[in-house]
Amino acid sequence: MLVVFNIIRIHNLISNTPTFIERGTVNVEYARALQQALSVNLTQVATIVIVGVGMTLVVATGGIDLSVGAVMAIAGQIAPLIFLGPIADRFGMGVANFLALTVPIAVAAGFGLMNGLMVTKLRFQPIIATLVVFIGGRGIAQVLTNGYLQPFKNPSFQYIALGRPLGIPTQVYIMFAVVLLALFLVRRTAFGRYVLAIGGNERAARLAGVPVGRVKTLVYVISGALAGIAGLIVVAINAASDANLNGMNMELDAIAATAVGGTPLTGGHANIVGTLLGALLIQLVRYSLISIGVPYEFALVVNAFIILLAVYFQRQRAA
Amino acid sequence: MDSPDVLLQMRDICKIFPGNVALDNASLEVRRGEVHALVGQNGAGKSTMIKILTGAYQRDGGSILFDGRAVAFRSPADAQHNGISTIYQEINLVPLRSVAENIMLGKEPTRLGMIDWRKMNATAGELLRHVGIEVDVTRPLAEFNIAIQQMVAIARAVSFKSQLVVMDEPTSSLDDQEVETLFDTIRRLKANGVAVIFISHRLDELFAICDRVTIMRDGKTIETRDVKNIRKLELVSRMLGREIGEVQRGATSFTRAGERTAGETILEVEGVESDTILRNVSLDVRQGEIIGLAGLLGAGRTETARAIFGADPITAGEIRLKGKLLRMGSPANAIKAGIGYCSEDRKAEGIVPELSVADNMVLAALPHISRNGLVSAEKRRQIVEEFVRVLGIKTSSPDQPIRELSGGNQQKVLLARWLCLHPELLILDEPTRGIDVGAKGEIQKIVSQLAENGVGVLMITSEIEELTEGSDRVFVMRDGASVAELTEGEISQGAIMTAMAAEAGSHSAEGEGAGAQGAVV
Repeated sequence: MLVVFNIIRIHNLISNTPTFIERGTVNVEYARALQQALSVNLTQVATIVIVGVGMTLVVATGGIDLSVGAVMAIAGQIAPLIFLGPIADRFGMGVANFLALTVPIAVAAGFGLMNGLMVTKLRFQPIIATLVVFIGGRGIAQVLTNGYLQPFKNPSFQYIALGRPLGIPTQVYIMFAVVLLALFLVRRTAFGRYVLAIGGNERAARLAGVPVGRVKTLVYVISGALAGIAGLIVVAINAASDANLNGMNMELDAIAATAVGGTPLTGGHANIVGTLLGALLIQLVRYSLISIGVPYEFALVVNAFIILLAVYFQRQRAA
Repeated sequence: MDSPDVLLQMRDICKIFPGNVALDNASLEVRRGEVHALVGQNGAGKSTMIKILTGAYQRDGGSILFDGRAVAFRSPADAQHNGISTIYQEINLVPLRSVAENIMLGKEPTRLGMIDWRKMNATAGELLRHVGIEVDVTRPLAEFNIAIQQMVAIARAVSFKSQLVVMDEPTSSLDDQEVETLFDTIRRLKANGVAVIFISHRLDELFAICDRVTIMRDGKTIETRDVKNIRKLELVSRMLGREIGEVQRGATSFTRAGERTAGETILEVEGVESDTILRNVSLDVRQGEIIGLAGLLGAGRTETARAIFGADPITAGEIRLKGKLLRMGSPANAIKAGIGYCSEDRKAEGIVPELSVADNMVLAALPHISRNGLVSAEKRRQIVEEFVRVLGIKTSSPDQPIRELSGGNQQKVLLARWLCLHPELLILDEPTRGIDVGAKGEIQKIVSQLAENGVGVLMITSEIEELTEGSDRVFVMRDGASVAELTEGEISQGAIMTAMAAEAGSHSAEGEGAGAQGAVV
């Protein structure tokens, strides 16, 4: 509801011509502009949502994952290395593209596993454990290609971002699939109950026989894998992998989307739909302001303000 | 004794928390240079009393006279500046800073605006020698053991020229020798005219170091006595609120439908020791039996339960379930083996407050009601409906967050969490604490029915009646060891209290409970 209201209101800003809406009628031009705005926004927001869903699961256990942006960069660097390298020459593009879509995600999940083991086995605080990968991960991504940009043209691979089945970008399908899967996970599976029980009262969960270590490790693996998917989408959109920029500040956007979406950072709740809406809200406002010519710096300030308000109102509602 | 020099006078102190009266006209008088023990069971009001004294809580009634003037401290820091220091069982100092910095924190000597390190270290060393220890004050506090850290806290207290030092269970993590060092320090403080309020559950220590004792129960101060004029057994009976030899019948709702026949042995615990406080615990539970586990606070009852349940590791001894050695190390394995455990701390270790009644109830049963990780909504509904009905859980809907339920109903949900798994052994740690009388009776009935259905129940309780009326046998623990087993005919308040208090003759309670009781009366 809130978001629909915002889309309309923001759209008024975008068009910057209030006369677009004439009392009681919406003209064709308006409809097209709206569709375009939504489409652009959904495209931009898909990666935030995909990463945000993983973040929401981690946060629900009472943890946090700062490594997602760096993991995106790593995944994004590996894919072109595969389809631009000798594998493609030897086994053909089909095999190379398959590997370019699976290996980076597996590696990303591996970094998630590392985060999870640091948290559960070494008992590092989540913020520290994932900070380690946050710092080292981007370094690894840069080393993979000696810091060089890898430009490419690979339509089959890029289909994950640029394909438009039924006129909607593929990544939007991926985004909704991730959201639906996560919803299913949280609401219907034992794993989902365990996640919430651990975040709500870890000691009680342990005494009720919940495999606390395994569940916690797994949420970091999921978060890592989702970051891997997002990293691939970003390089596919850009037709180039850039270890310096891929996933930059993504951890902050994902945490913001999670918080704005109504998942408290203290754990025990996982509002997946909220994270989707939170990401949309943040993205819509940012895009809209920039598109009407508001300077980027100012848009950031507005963004911050929205996060502040959203979290404040949730506090009020909770109290 | 002729003209007792009163340092602290707390009179008619009242403190009301929402829904319960924590202190009801409690009074405490401490004299200069005395060591004054404050004793009572859990919830008696000791720590509330101390928190009001030190300004951590504000009182709702009563007066405090300290050093001749009426006071109302705003905070523990305020109290400290006025001569009252508190040493907590968890040291609240800064572990990574040096010993000297910790002692001098907030009043570092300066020279030209810079910290005068030489003077600081010298002063700190001086203060430590004053309490009887000598250590390198430039080393981080965390490098020293708890006993030394406590001495540092005491030296800090002395540096504030404290006239009264409150020690809240200072010995709980000390070994015998460290306790001696602490006692030496207390004697030095005493010799310098400093008064000490000493809170401890170890009666031997209390008799070793304290001059007078004030007994608290249910938010009231029962009486103050000279330690040399009171016997341990009398002290325990005052703490528990029972006259020696008095038996209240029908105070609980345990039922005995017929002659309960104990079946084969389910649980055998033999010579168990642990890193916590267990020294030598042996007990056994048979099918269809309710076994009471008695002991004062800190005797090791909860630690025993946690060891059996695999929540804490054991370092020696054996735990066997139906003759099979349990090597588990995790509650998950204990549950698989057929054990359930309701913690004494419902809030911290029982409920997941934000989750619904239904989710809380089936939490341990999830592996049984899911297939390929997918929870069967039907099986979940069946369990929840059955136990809400059978246990009479009052909830507006199974989807209501459990935090909104009353304590009694929360406890029933937690019981259901285990009952739906049909355990062979159920460990209940203070199952009726903090819940209203009605729910208490219902839970006692449920426990009786469980035993009739062949479940072995190990029940930890501090309520004497639950032991005398509810238990088939009672094991008594003291200082981390099981010290007595009382069988059907031997269970009496006198026998239990005698064993708890380690009064002479208690060791023979095992074979001649009636005799021991006779000696008491």
